[in-house]
Order: sequence, then structure tokens, then C-alpha cells
Amino acid sequence: MTQTTVDVTRNGTTAILRIHGEITGSSEPPIMAAYAEADGAKSIVLDFSQLDYMNSGGIGLLVTLLVRAQRAGQHLLAVGLSEHYRQILALTRLDEAIAIHDDEPSALAAAASA
Amino acid sequence: MTATEPRAPRDEGSWAQPVERLTTTATTTSQDTVTGKRVSGPVQGFGQLWQKTFSVRVPAEQHSPDAVVVHWKAGFPTFWPKGATFYAPLAGITPGEVALFDVPPVPGSPIKMSTGILVIYADHESFTFMTSEGHALSAWITFSAYADGDATVVQVQALERTADPLIELSYIFGANRANDRFWERTLENLARSLGVAEPVVESIRVCVDRRRQWKYAGNVRHSAAVHMTAGTVTAPARWARRRRAGRSGPG
Repeated sequence: MTQTTVDVTRNGTTAILRIHGEITGSSEPPIMAAYAEADGAKSIVLDFSQLDYMNSGGIGLLVTLLVRAQRAGQHLLAVGLSEHYRQILALTRLDEAIAIHDDEPSALAAAASA
Repeated sequence: MTATEPRAPRDEGSWAQPVERLTTTATTTSQDTVTGKRVSGPVQGFGQLWQKTFSVRVPAEQHSPDAVVVHWKAGFPTFWPKGATFYAPLAGITPGEVALFDVPPVPGSPIKMSTGILVIYADHESFTFMTSEGHALSAWITFSAYADGDATVVQVQALERTADPLIELSYIFGANRANDRFWERTLENLARSLGVAEPVVESIRVCVDRRRQWKYAGNVRHSAAVHMTAGTVTAPARWARRRRAGRSGPG
């Protein structure tokens, strides 16, 4: 069974979604619930530092999230990616649509100036 | 004191390494239009974004999900509908391998469109393809199996946009449905190979994003369909030119 939990915090007009555990196709309920909680934010920062596992279903879920964010006029940013998960975003060319930052302060600064 | 080594992620061996340009070990009887191209996923496509799920149930008693996926990978080309040809890479369906295939641009067409995919992910319960530039679709297609009661559900899930405006137009005029039929027939063939006499394929189609991404309209320059059509239309002229050059040559 998939274990995914997402904590949502706010920093001004930016929402930070801290993802713990796994992202698979079955992670849609907790991730979309967290996204709904971030309603009204201008930018969404996805924190992957506690990510243990992601399969191709999980990547599909990130695209769905990206589409929803784009439709709402929100920017999507990512922090806390290990080298392995950076490579997956590069492989799938998702890094062309999700801005990757080394740490949270730089992501928040980019979000604030967006 | 010993420094703790970072733990390798469980999924590490299941993903392909990033590649800038595709190369393949597959051998095609037609033209290799894939070598040197990049992969192209739903983010890089032009048309509306569709999530399509096709599934068929087979008896779990005889066929576990893992066994179905092994069977599927091993015989992948044989389950495709007539008229389409899949050229598997030497290492089979494993992460990082590139497969080539010839498919008719529209059902029944005598002309074939040559294109390919990269296997971006593969584990014991699923495998995923990402299309190359030039393919009609910018897509990820995941093939998987899972247990559900007394059945093993065998599934194809595609997240796809048409690659360019011409293909999007063809989708509006029927190619979308034809593409659905392709995967429905594939699952019917797979289920029959597992002993299901009259397979019933369930299809769910959701338009995730109705917008078209006009910034990717230029994908048409990579289109295998356009290159194939141009090649076919100009073939007689090229043949005549070669013939004239042969007659006026030394001899």
C-alpha cells in the first residue's frame, strides 16, 4: 500500500507542500488534497527532501498537478531533490516546466519575484 | 567515525538514465527516424492532454500480476494489432532501451509511419514508454498489472498530447478513436494469449487539459507523418531524376 503524506505550510503568497514517503499513481488523494489546501497561493513549492520512492505513475501525477497549477496561473517549483530524482525530472523533461532550486530560500526568493 | 552513505532509492534501478539524444540497438526493415532525436512527453506536446486507461481482467488463479508483466514484455510485439510492427531493442524492454516501430498514420493506410519510444521505467509490475520527437503523440504510456479480487487487471494508461497541429486535426476527425482502438485490440490479443476466450476491455478517457500549447506548434518540423508523406509524394520525381541521371551518365 502506498504511504504518502503531505504537509502544507505558507510563506506569504507561496505554499510549500512537503511530501513524505512515496509518489505513485495511488498518491493522488493526499497530493491533490494538499494542493486544494494551498488554494489561492501564487506559487507552489514542492519539497521532495523526504521522498523515498517514485514510480512512473508518480511522474504522471506530477504532470496532472502541473496542469492544474498552470490553469490556475500558479508557478510550480521544486526543492530537496536528490541527484537521482533530479535525473528523473531531466529524463522526463519535466524540469522544463517545474523550476528546480537547490534549497527552500532560493525557491521562495524566486517565487516572490515571479 | 564512519560517515553514513546516502541510501539508494528503491526505484533507482527501474529508471533510465537521462539521455540528450536517442540511439537504438533495434533493427528496423524501414527507415530509422529516431536516432538523434530527443524524447517528447506530455509537457512538450501541442494538443489537448488526455489521460486514457484501458483495462482487461484475466483470472488471477492462473496469472499473477508479475507473471502477466513478464509475459507482456517477452511477447510485446505479438500483441499489437495487424498492420503495426514493433522492433524490440536487443536487451528487450528494459530501462534506457529504445524500440522502433512502423504504424499506419490512419487505420487501413498502406503507408507506414516509422517512429520510436524510450523505455523510461520498468519494474516487476509495470513498464513505461516515452515517445520520441517525430511521433504523432507526445506521451508516456504505462503498461501494468495488479490484483483485484479473483482477477488480475491488465492495464494500459496513456498520458498524451498530440505532437503538432496537423495530428491534432486528425485527432478531431477520428484518429483519437482509432488510437483508442489500437490499445483495446492490443489488450484483447494479450488476454486471448492468456486463455480468455472473450475479453472485455474497459476504456476510460479523461481530457485533463483542453488547452492547446501553441508554443509547441513547431513540433510539426519533426513529424514522421509529414516526412513520410513528403517522401511518398516526391518518390516518383526522385525516381525519374535518378533514371535520367543514369541514362546521361558514362556508358
